[in-house]
Amino acid sequence: MYVVIVGGGKVGTYLTRRLLKEGKEVLLIERDRSQYKSLHDQFGDAVMWGDGCEASTQSEAGFQRADVVAAVTGEDEDNLIVCQMAKNEFGVSRTVARVNDPTHTWLFQKLGVTATVSATDVLYSLIEQEILLGKVIPLAAVKLGNMEVVEASLTSRSACIGRRVRDLNLPKKTNIVWLMRGDEGTTVDGDTEFQAGDLIVALVPVEAEAEFRSLL
Amino acid sequence: MRILVFGCGRTGAALARGMARRGHDVTVVERDPSNLQRLGHDHNCATIVGDGLDEAVLEQAGVENADAFVACTRGDNTNLMAAQLAQIRYKVPKVCVKVNDPQRSHTFTKLGMFCITPNLLTAGMMRDWLLEQEFLPVAEYNKLENGD
Repeated sequence: MYVVIVGGGKVGTYLTRRLLKEGKEVLLIERDRSQYKSLHDQFGDAVMWGDGCEASTQSEAGFQRADVVAAVTGEDEDNLIVCQMAKNEFGVSRTVARVNDPTHTWLFQKLGVTATVSATDVLYSLIEQEILLGKVIPLAAVKLGNMEVVEASLTSRSACIGRRVRDLNLPKKTNIVWLMRGDEGTTVDGDTEFQAGDLIVALVPVEAEAEFRSLL
Repeated sequence: MRILVFGCGRTGAALARGMARRGHDVTVVERDPSNLQRLGHDHNCATIVGDGLDEAVLEQAGVENADAFVACTRGDNTNLMAAQLAQIRYKVPKVCVKVNDPQRSHTFTKLGMFCITPNLLTAGMMRDWLLEQEFLPVAEYNKLENGD
């Protein structure tokens, strides 16, 4: 798999390190000369100096054979245009963009960017969840299928304490996939009985999250 | 015509003044307040200091009722994104965008955007003047590449 990353800030650097560690073929494009130099010391030829928004750079970087192009600069306009050029000029089927202003997410998706990641959105929902209930935290939004991975800590006041999973009447398509009790992690089945102090991880449809929350 | 101009550089300022003088309803959106001085003292345009990529700013500038949107900041990507916001999100009927990079201009023209590429336009018109040829439609100049 060949991944091209545009933007060598913190996000791009971390992504590159991680993908290289996993043995993927990666190319990181950075526009700023001095930042490029410091990245080159770290990653060698996996870094290229150039403007990732320009077709000549994109062509040199091999966009045409890239499986994924990820645009993760701090500027939404740059990330959008990189993804649109990748898709329309080079036929890249999977484009991923960092979206800094969450109101832009709609436009990115409308224009065919495969996946968008907005730290602001994630942080906002974390804060909102913390304030509203303090017990269910969304870990990740799985865009396909509109599912969310959520984590919940059960306390002695939780409504489900002493009850079994099969008696909970979970919302449709909801799956409690993991339970941490003390230091032990286990899978969950219908007979699992909840105790105070349990930590559970569940896959929940976005629209059923409130209902799921009310059961805990 | 209600026209929204994003970017008050030389191009944006000249366009805004010209349209306002002809009695059109012009609003200029510009990130840097000092650039608004380019409009002069006797202009008849509404001005808003803000980012034309920010939906709240665009709405304040009346994008929802605009007949035309022109993006002419210095940044190609900024212009292209703002123009797409106006065209797709706010359904502004006439959208025009300044794109300096010929390749990006080419790509987005294919996607249905009306792009003007100043350097190609200038070079092409100079060529035609020198050769004493008729000037061509803008789209023809956009197709020029180096040496064509």
